[in-house]
Amino acid sequence: MKKWKYDVLLTGSALLAALVLWLIVGPGEKGSWAVVTVAGKEVARYPLAEEVTVRLGERDYNILTIAGGRASVAEANCGDLTCVKTGEISREGETIICLPHKLVVEIAGGEGGEFDAVSG
Amino acid sequence: MRSKQVARYALLTALAMVLSWLEAVVPVSAAVPGVKLGLANLVVIFALYTVGVKAAAALSLARVLLVSLTFGNAYAFAYSLAGASLSLGVMALLKSWGRFSPVGVSVAGGVFHNVGQILVAMAVLETGLLAAYLPVLVVSGTGAGVAVGVAGAVLIDRVRILP
Repeated sequence: MKKWKYDVLLTGSALLAALVLWLIVGPGEKGSWAVVTVAGKEVARYPLAEEVTVRLGERDYNILTIAGGRASVAEANCGDLTCVKTGEISREGETIICLPHKLVVEIAGGEGGEFDAVSG
Repeated sequence: MRSKQVARYALLTALAMVLSWLEAVVPVSAAVPGVKLGLANLVVIFALYTVGVKAAAALSLARVLLVSLTFGNAYAFAYSLAGASLSLGVMALLKSWGRFSPVGVSVAGGVFHNVGQILVAMAVLETGLLAAYLPVLVVSGTGAGVAVGVAGAVLIDRVRILP
C-alpha cells in the first residue's frame, strides 16, 4: 500500500480539482438568453422565453432552435455535427459548440445585452 | 535502426491507431466534446516505460498524424496534438520524478490530455466558455487514466517487446 501513496494522492487531488472547477465554472441555474458568438464576438442573443428557429451563417451554417425554454442546434453543415448531437441546453454556463464554424451558443441569465435579437 | 525495431515500433503504432479508432466508434458522450476513453494512451505509456521518452513521443506523434489524416480534420489534428503533447510531457516529467507508479503517471496523462485539448479549443474559438467542460473532462481523464494505468502496469511487467 505504501508504494501507491503518491498515486492515490494524485488521483484524489485530480478529483478534488474537478470538484473545485465544477463549483467555479460549472453550469448554473436556468438561464434567460441564448447568446451566439462567432470567433469570440457576440453576434446575436435570443430570449429563451420565445420560440424561434434561425439560421446562423451563410455558407457555413447552423440552425438554432429555441423551444420550451431550451436551445439546440437542429441542423448544421459542419461535418462532425457535434453541435447537433449536444442536444438541448438551458442552464447558465451551458454551451453548444461548433468547432469548425467557431460558433458558440451559451446560455446567459439576467438582462439583455445591447440587442434584443440581431440577425447576420 | 534495425528492421526488428522498425517492425516493433510499427506494431505499437498500429495498435495505438486501432485503439484510437475503437474509442471513436464507442460514443461516450455526445454532449461534451473531448470525452474520450484515452485508450491509445495505453500504448504510449507502455512505450514510455519499456523503451523510453523519445520512442513514446515518436509513437504518439505518428498516432496523432495518422488518425487525424484518416478520420479527422485540421481541427481534430490540432486538438489531438495539443492533448497528446501536453499529456506526454507531463507523463515523462512525473515518471522521471520516480515517486509515481504507471497508474499515477497515466492518471496525469489522461487528465492533461483532455486539458490540452480544451485549451487549444478555447484558443481556436477565442472564448473562455469552454472552461465549463473542465470538471467533466478532468473526471473522465482520471477514470480513463486509472484504467489505462492499471492495464499498462500489468503489460509493462509482463510483456517484452524489445530485447
